[in-house]
Amino acid sequence: MSLGVAITGFGESDLGVVPNQSPMELTVAAIQQALVNTRTSRGAIDTLITCNSLVQPIMYHAEATAEYMGLTPRHCITVGTGGGTTYSALRQAAAYIREGMSQTVVFVMADSMRSFITRERAMVIQASAGHATFEQPYGPTVPAYYALIAQAHMARFGTTEAQFAEAMVSSRAWAALNPRAQYQERVTVSDVLASKPIADPLKMLDCSIVSDGGAAIILTSSERAKDLCDLPIELLGFGEGCAYEHISQAQDLTTSAAVISGQKALAQAGLTPKDIHLAQLYDCFSPALLIQLEDLGFCEKGGGGELLKSGATRPGGNLPVNTHGGMLSHCHPGNPGAIFGLTEAIRQLRGDADQRQLKEVQHVLLHAQGGIMSSHATLIAGVEA
Amino acid sequence: MSQKIAPQPNPISQHYFQCAKEGKLCLQQCLTCHRHQFYPRSLCSHCGEQALQWAEASGLGRIATFTIVRRGISAAYSTPYVVALVDLDEGPRMMTQIYTEDETLLVIGLPVHVAFEPWSDNYLLPVFKPVHEFGES
Repeated sequence: MSLGVAITGFGESDLGVVPNQSPMELTVAAIQQALVNTRTSRGAIDTLITCNSLVQPIMYHAEATAEYMGLTPRHCITVGTGGGTTYSALRQAAAYIREGMSQTVVFVMADSMRSFITRERAMVIQASAGHATFEQPYGPTVPAYYALIAQAHMARFGTTEAQFAEAMVSSRAWAALNPRAQYQERVTVSDVLASKPIADPLKMLDCSIVSDGGAAIILTSSERAKDLCDLPIELLGFGEGCAYEHISQAQDLTTSAAVISGQKALAQAGLTPKDIHLAQLYDCFSPALLIQLEDLGFCEKGGGGELLKSGATRPGGNLPVNTHGGMLSHCHPGNPGAIFGLTEAIRQLRGDADQRQLKEVQHVLLHAQGGIMSSHATLIAGVEA
Repeated sequence: MSQKIAPQPNPISQHYFQCAKEGKLCLQQCLTCHRHQFYPRSLCSHCGEQALQWAEASGLGRIATFTIVRRGISAAYSTPYVVALVDLDEGPRMMTQIYTEDETLLVIGLPVHVAFEPWSDNYLLPVFKPVHEFGES
């Protein structure tokens, strides 16, 4: 059942490599496009929720964004749960609407990890993912953190490098059908295994891409949404979970707080994993995707490798995952990566996904995580049957 | 030539680095629940009590997981190098590097022993070596 909050529409900025727009300009472009797509007047925005740019951080990001546009929303809030921000922020948006504090919420995320950052700055941001005193000095890179998890999963469950490689194979099979995806060339398991070693067992093609871009989502009450758009996207359930921040403090390296987050969201929606027609997951690195498939209940623990290998997540499979291509192929500007899982879900639910359109799609599970599989957020969204 | 990333000790954790300089791996131990913790904090992360003492650890542990980094974080880190999580015999888990003559022999569960390596200008940092290599030249 709906929580009484619905998405009326969204806008996306230019995606991929966008060297002529700063993070703020991408942010504004996404909002402008969302206003146009939903025929919302700019003055109607009474809550603006943003996520800070990693590349050009601003102390009061939401306020600065409103000011740039000449808007004065009552509520400006910058949400930061790293990669998990998309669904934590949407939960915040839903609360504003459910509590009657706000009628029209705009939630926006954008960044320019590709074009407004030097390689050196990227490495500095990478390093800052770790504990400044007790991790960073040892030189872990972000792929290395996920490699630690991958290695533990291989030792515990017998997962293979070829099974991790299936994540990119599946991602590219979808991206090949999406003209907006940054990388559209299909790859094979052999291609992934032969790609440049980064941090054993991960290779270049186990890692997500680096992009520019952003998107904005417009939310209102389900009641108002019926009059404002043809097919409101209803929010059905939220969950969050957090087990640690730094990977060296993880008690369990192979099971994440996605278990807690996913169960909570599904319970609130009154659904089980079997009721989900599309899963839009956080594929920053192949092991993250594999472990989410397990922890969110799409297979038994340890079965993620077999599930990926089975082809179920690819076009024609019975558990489509990341039909836009995900962060492995479509667009990954840093923290905003997961918001394109949501914009694609809206397209799928409305029958607007062109060649990627699924035959049956009523319930979508969307999941994102921040840190090194540390903090998790899940959303179940859908349309009335 | 860039330097390796230096730790940024605070008033609590500076004792840990002072111990390291003296070739000792020191952990905080709770006077209430008697458990050890890592990293150093102002309270016991197991029971929440604040009375803690420093205790020298055995220096022994096992590899909880590891990765051989092929693309380093900066030029100061010559590749390949091994980043690992080690489960200390006293209980806590910590990040470290494994120094080994043959990284193909590394496996999860391998017993390791602490050693101390110069790091940036002012620090010795705990790293670990496989027990079977320890003491060899």
